[in-house]
Amino acid sequence: MSLGPYASFIVTSYAAAAAVVAILIGWIVLDYRSQTQRLRELEERGITRRSGRSATELR
Amino acid sequence: MTLIDLANPTRFLALTARVLPWLAAATVILLAIGLYQSALAPDDYQQGATVKIMFIHVPNAWLSMFVWGVMSIASLGTLVWRHPLADVAAKAAAPIGASFTFLALLTGSLWGRPMWGTYWEWDARLTSVLILFLMYLGLMALWRAVDDPSRAARAAAVLTLVGAINLPIIKFSVDWWNTLHQPASVMRMGGSALDKSFLIPLLVMAIAFTLLFVTLHLAAMRNEILRRRVRSLQMMQASRIAFSGESGSRGEGASNEVGAA
Repeated sequence: MSLGPYASFIVTSYAAAAAVVAILIGWIVLDYRSQTQRLRELEERGITRRSGRSATELR
Repeated sequence: MTLIDLANPTRFLALTARVLPWLAAATVILLAIGLYQSALAPDDYQQGATVKIMFIHVPNAWLSMFVWGVMSIASLGTLVWRHPLADVAAKAAAPIGASFTFLALLTGSLWGRPMWGTYWEWDARLTSVLILFLMYLGLMALWRAVDDPSRAARAAAVLTLVGAINLPIIKFSVDWWNTLHQPASVMRMGGSALDKSFLIPLLVMAIAFTLLFVTLHLAAMRNEILRRRVRSLQMMQASRIAFSGESGSRGEGASNEVGAA
């Protein structure tokens, strides 16, 4: 596959898209870990929801 | 499961836990197929290999408007139906929509340099998409500026619905004004102007990016629900500390009085 004289523009476009999508995925994964960690810490201190169910419970 | 059932955040979290792995797998598979087909697509007789930028640029441009559309429907859900997850959906979509809009602008610019001889031109299509990007940033700033999520939600919903006026302007800018940007070539009266060798990879990439948005959006909504649980537990903790401090000082005051008597 030859990309011709404008290969740098094509490669940069795909690389930028990959980088932005990777940053989005990374941000969402790290945010999820951070929130579940904070919820666990609060529950360990005895702060629980009125329902009594775990705040990190997903099922 | 109906939409009303999903109004319960716990049920929504249970649904996302079940659905997210499947959505992520479908996204990866479709992206792999789309990228493979894009790599094998022939060169355009005028644009050469730069036509491959289209397979990234067009899905991102479509999604930049689609995400604002999703946020507008969610805003109606906040203002009209007061659906508990509507503002969660709107808030979670904004950074994802901003990312797609940024990519549409960047890849369009990288496509424009070899084809038009310039990275940027203040024509109606490019300018209206830049305004959309700035509105995404403004909306994200608004969400961060107001501490109370329900107050922020109403202000953000109004801004989102006002901003939706920009969507038809973006779509029809190439018809209403004389622009450097080409007119619509896929979704237009009389069918697509693209050859199948370009159209099929483009549609596969568009579906793949849409699935990517749905996956990221559900995951970001789950995070936002957890963030609100953290906030409510922290407020509960703060009120307990305040209450125990108050009752402690009252007790102290009483013992002082007894001592004085």
